Amino acid sequence: MNFDDTPQEAAFRAEAKAWIAANAPKQYEDELRKASLGRVQLKGANILEVAKAWQKRKADAGWACLHWPKEYGGRGSSPIERVIWQQEEGPFGQLSRMFIIGHGMCGPTMMAFAREEHKRTFLPPLASGEKVWCQLFSEPAGGSDVAGLRTRAEKDGDDWVINGQKIWTSGAHYSDYGILLTRTDPTVPKHKGLTMFFLDMKSPGVEVRPIKQASGASDFNEVYFTNVRIPDHQRLGEVGDGWNVSLTTLMNERSAIGAAVSTGFPELFEYCSSLMLEDGPAIEDRAVRSKLANWAVKASGLKYTSMRAISALSKGERPGPENSIGKLVAGSMIQDVATYALDLQGAAGGLNGPEEAEVAGKFQAMLLRAPGTRVEGGTDEIMRNIIAERVLGLPGDIRVDKDVPFNKIPTKGRS
Amino acid sequence: MNFDFSDEQKQMRDEARKFLSEQCPPKAVRAVLDGKAAYDKSLWKGLAEMGFLGVAIPEKFGGAGAGHLELCVIAEEMGRALAPVPFSSTVYLAAEAILIAGSDAQKQKWLPKIASGEAIGTLALFEGKGNPSPKAIKLTANGGALNGVKKPVPDGAIADFAVVAARTGSGSRESDISLFIVDLKAEGVEVKELTNIDPTRGQAEITFKDAKAEPLGAAGEGWGVITQVLDRAAVLMAFEQVGGADRALEMGRDYALDRIAFGRPIGSFQAVKHMLADMYVSATLARSNSYYGAWALSTNAGELPEAAAAARISATQAFQHCAKNNIQVHGGMGFTWEFDCHMYYRRANAVAVGLGSLSYWEDALIDRMRKKNAA
Repeated sequence: MNFDDTPQEAAFRAEAKAWIAANAPKQYEDELRKASLGRVQLKGANILEVAKAWQKRKADAGWACLHWPKEYGGRGSSPIERVIWQQEEGPFGQLSRMFIIGHGMCGPTMMAFAREEHKRTFLPPLASGEKVWCQLFSEPAGGSDVAGLRTRAEKDGDDWVINGQKIWTSGAHYSDYGILLTRTDPTVPKHKGLTMFFLDMKSPGVEVRPIKQASGASDFNEVYFTNVRIPDHQRLGEVGDGWNVSLTTLMNERSAIGAAVSTGFPELFEYCSSLMLEDGPAIEDRAVRSKLANWAVKASGLKYTSMRAISALSKGERPGPENSIGKLVAGSMIQDVATYALDLQGAAGGLNGPEEAEVAGKFQAMLLRAPGTRVEGGTDEIMRNIIAERVLGLPGDIRVDKDVPFNKIPTKGRS
Repeated sequence: MNFDFSDEQKQMRDEARKFLSEQCPPKAVRAVLDGKAAYDKSLWKGLAEMGFLGVAIPEKFGGAGAGHLELCVIAEEMGRALAPVPFSSTVYLAAEAILIAGSDAQKQKWLPKIASGEAIGTLALFEGKGNPSPKAIKLTANGGALNGVKKPVPDGAIADFAVVAARTGSGSRESDISLFIVDLKAEGVEVKELTNIDPTRGQAEITFKDAKAEPLGAAGEGWGVITQVLDRAAVLMAFEQVGGADRALEMGRDYALDRIAFGRPIGSFQAVKHMLADMYVSATLARSNSYYGAWALSTNAGELPEAAAAARISATQAFQHCAKNNIQVHGGMGFTWEFDCHMYYRRANAVAVGLGSLSYWEDALIDRMRKKNAA
């Protein structure tokens, strides 16, 4: 048992480290290091532009999308090399956030299902960040039950005509392309009537409207489709096989291994280390220490769970299922941590302005953003189902709509 | 990075599991639970023969000379099987104290006997309620004679010798505490068995009246040794807890698959699925924290104090959580004497306080994290 690199890993790490040291946008390092949930900001710079510039720079030197094949803009690296890169990229990895969906989900789906000429055309600019991609799955009527989506695609000559509405689309407002899951046959059971496409987000009839979130910020969008035409050659997979195609997209969560999840703990520990309460430093208070210790072992537990998965990658093995706990644990933890930080501030915990709030309102921003972390990318409840079914082998939920034609499924709870 | 046990260590774990599934089925645990014996003597002998008792004891002192990582994988299996033997007191506490502070002669005298199963040892630290603290130690040592009362002493009623923490100074500082080895069969030692929530791991009260004692380590350095021993034992016990938590989770999962209610396996209800998923989460966090503890223990890293506290807290929480919810999944049957669920519940809660309770380790963890940050 050790934390040492193999000689090959060490050589790769040294090369990555040297390149990052010579090329990273150092002027933003401090701000990126301080980024916490609900707040990644760069003073006096547009983060989108900085992120794109960094991604392009990496791509030009062969450091973008490391695990992708070279002909599609990647480096052909092993999974462990990608993890080492992430470790070395450190705070600059924050700049990759806007590419996560494209690189982690859209790209792999294109690689698996797009025509060769499309792969060669669209993947390199996706890897280099010149083009940003989004994923159009969720709908108002299909969240956790994504196969319940209703956006229609109807064949018209060599095109498909799209009508409907998507929601919770991250980054749709700055995306150039998207992968789109539609219903092509409402007369068959819901999983069987779906078809996947990719499309140009600038197509006529696509309208992107930002959602004002509960936190006040707008990271997500509603996307409306009115008679949007998509040529058939942009179909991904067979007609009616969209559900299986979407599973490929979602399975690529594996790429999340090694990526740090935000728990809020380092921020809280640092805050409590300097905070003075009425009777002395917060960190010396019995109740505070107990809370901190309980969160500390969750944070370290996640960290070392991730290291176990990385070790499996290093040995060329498939990581076990234990990594599936990360989002579930971190999501509710960061919410609890933020709630407690406000509690420690007493009545002033309600203040939110950067001037008057404690530590510039870091925990207030965290608190207001936190509910989203427990919903996006699979709610806590869906994550528990996944663990129960795929890891523990418990039965799937009873699905009363499984064999019913989609257009016969009830759409209202109370009539 | 290779943050995992080696293939040889995993093989040893498999051997231990196989051995324990044959030699320590639930009915063997029950025999001790029901008071038919103070501990499972034939299992103890078998463990010695397998080389498990001395796995981390150097060869020159009669052990296998493997190491602490090997001891961790065995500990996990001992916890999984709820082995009703004085393994933790003898191996994690007494042997480790002697390894850390013993003279060559003391190591020669005791370690081979531990490895061969001839001697059961323990650590006599506590004096009534409360957590480890130099202030709590009232038992005195004067001219090699001990006077005072220790309780609870794990496996004290069956132990042959004890490492005893005694006051040798006049204050309540750490430097007023020294350690001694006492032959518990000698004159001046009176042992009384105590009833406790987990009868498969006995506890005793030991009264010392001018009992003859031999110093272990230098005078006034006892507390430092105790701290080190507790850190090592915390990691090793964490593996027992992880093993117990995993088994409790499996029992709950298996029952949820078998038991039909309302026309369905109860494991198809989300309330039950989610409870089991949460058990998996806590068991996984505990395992990962314990692995880090194992790494720190095996390399004697400066991170050991922090890693040990984290492993201890995480594994304690996980075992308690899995053991109590295993009963919940079983419903009424889980609350019968006949089902094994309560044996895990008893063990989980007994070991949760045995090396100092959660509040002690929470405090220790934060102290140690602060120290690291300040450095």
